[in-house]
Amino acid sequence: MTMNPDMPPSAAPMQSWRRSDTDRFLDKAFLWLTGAFGYGVIAVLLGIAVQVAKAAWPAIQQFGLGFLTSQRWDPVQNVYGVLAQLYGTLVTALIALLIAVPIGIGIALFLSEDFLPDAVKRPLVFMIELLAAVPSVVYGVWGVYVLIPFLNPIARWLNQSFGWIPLFSSAPAGPGIHAAGIILAIMILPIISAISRDALVAVPGKIRQASYGLGATRWETIFKVIIPAAFSGIVGGIMLALGRAMGETMAVTLVIGNSNRISSASIFDQGSTIASLLANQFAEAGGLQLSSLMYGALSLFFLTLIVNVLAEYIIRRFSIKY
Amino acid sequence: MTISDAAGHVGLSLKKNPSSPRTLFSSAMSVVATLCAVLAVIPLVAVLYYIIVRGLQYLNLDLFRQLPPPPLGEIGGFGNAFVGTLLTVGIASLISIPFGILTAIFLAEFAKDTDAPEENWIDFAVNILAGVPSIVMGTFAWATVVLLTGTFSAVAGGIALSVLMLPTIVRTATEALEAVPGSYRQASVGLGASKIDTVMKIVLPAAVPAITTGVMLAVARAVGETAPILFTALFSQFWNRTVWEPTATLSALVYNFAQVPYPNQQNLAWAAAFVLVVLVLFLNILARFITRKRG
Repeated sequence: MTMNPDMPPSAAPMQSWRRSDTDRFLDKAFLWLTGAFGYGVIAVLLGIAVQVAKAAWPAIQQFGLGFLTSQRWDPVQNVYGVLAQLYGTLVTALIALLIAVPIGIGIALFLSEDFLPDAVKRPLVFMIELLAAVPSVVYGVWGVYVLIPFLNPIARWLNQSFGWIPLFSSAPAGPGIHAAGIILAIMILPIISAISRDALVAVPGKIRQASYGLGATRWETIFKVIIPAAFSGIVGGIMLALGRAMGETMAVTLVIGNSNRISSASIFDQGSTIASLLANQFAEAGGLQLSSLMYGALSLFFLTLIVNVLAEYIIRRFSIKY
Repeated sequence: MTISDAAGHVGLSLKKNPSSPRTLFSSAMSVVATLCAVLAVIPLVAVLYYIIVRGLQYLNLDLFRQLPPPPLGEIGGFGNAFVGTLLTVGIASLISIPFGILTAIFLAEFAKDTDAPEENWIDFAVNILAGVPSIVMGTFAWATVVLLTGTFSAVAGGIALSVLMLPTIVRTATEALEAVPGSYRQASVGLGASKIDTVMKIVLPAAVPAITTGVMLAVARAVGETAPILFTALFSQFWNRTVWEPTATLSALVYNFAQVPYPNQQNLAWAAAFVLVVLVLFLNILARFITRKRG
């Protein structure tokens, strides 16, 4: 296109480059709208803390921090404490981690290193991801009708043969802390293996090749080079899994036995967690019991908050950038 | 040391000795890792096997048309619970999908430009929200909606589930928007489009398949969740007339009927669990399929 030298540089094109006021206003409004929803997420998070704390206030005033160190949950006398539930929450999560961490990392290694051809690996990765998709309540029902009957003879044998160890000192009655721990292990396994696998895959190939080139065996490379390089991702994944295990409700409620006290150190005892206590009593509670349950929910909220913030911190702070 | 000595030495050391402890350890660990993978697949297979075997036995179309039975009665059905699940998850989706996508647009399209610290804070809040136990979300919805309206309702359940779905949708939608090449945006702005046109007509359509995947995963999670439903939607033996009354859901039905000693209700729980698992797995596989076809 040639320019016509006779045509004066009119104002018209200049004006058309300037966007109309409506246009500019719409853009602004759009920014504000999306921004409002963006901040809305923060508001929701704060809203959860505020609303739960508000409902828990009468119990906070009544029991203070002693709520966390008393194991008396007594609706008749209207005295409440969640030590037993706190204990159950932590112990079941610990059992779950003890089982799921080594197995989860093993799977992650198996699926990230070149053990398998892609054609086998991909469906296997998918199947383990599906394990995470199965609803919690379905695991619970399976736990009640399949896992507990399966565990019973094993637990009884452990109790009879090794009853002198405090961990196995009580006679198993079916549901119990051990069953909850094992169900939780199954449920957090996909989280640990998925996040660990991501971290392992992110380790650059040249590091691996350098290690092999120096004569290291496959597992020397894995233990001394790859796992240290992926460490922060793996630990972050474990922390997220811990948070998940502590807050998991339905499966645990169905298999833990729902006893509101700590009878002994045995894992075959029946117990409860904060989440299972809420699931069992909330719908029928009122008054101080209800606000004590809310206090329990608030404690659980902060417990998982601490674990999750730590996980975030570890992943952000210690991740090595290549 | 002569050169030939050195060569001989090197030649020897380059050979892998199959019976050396190092090699043996390596092979043993490979076996252990394989066992780990097998061990993880066992529960999945076992869960699916029992759900299919027990659930299929009692499954028929009548279950979707009838109401839950009283103890020791006929087998009945879970018609109202099926409708209730669609209702609560539908309400949750109506809230969380626009909320999540608008947040993602802010994170991916606006907060990125300015390098603003708010992106970090919102990002952080999303991650923390993802870690909040689902039962705590239930207590939140109870304190906010049930207490305010004075009744357990499908809306309360939907709001609890929407909080649950939100982080998943924000995360996947943000990733999807960020994956759209910058050249699309530059081309659009270069042609004189406004920011809102660029986002709504160019960037968002390009990200739709990946966002759909995220939404389906979130819906799948919400369908199976029970804890946030327990004291928000509660349960009901009857058909819903409005969304402002206690509402039955499949997951709550499984939970309630799995704990009773009556075989007819137990059987119904297995059938409902089967329907739940089929729904959830179907959504997951479909979600995966959409992304795979794309990339």
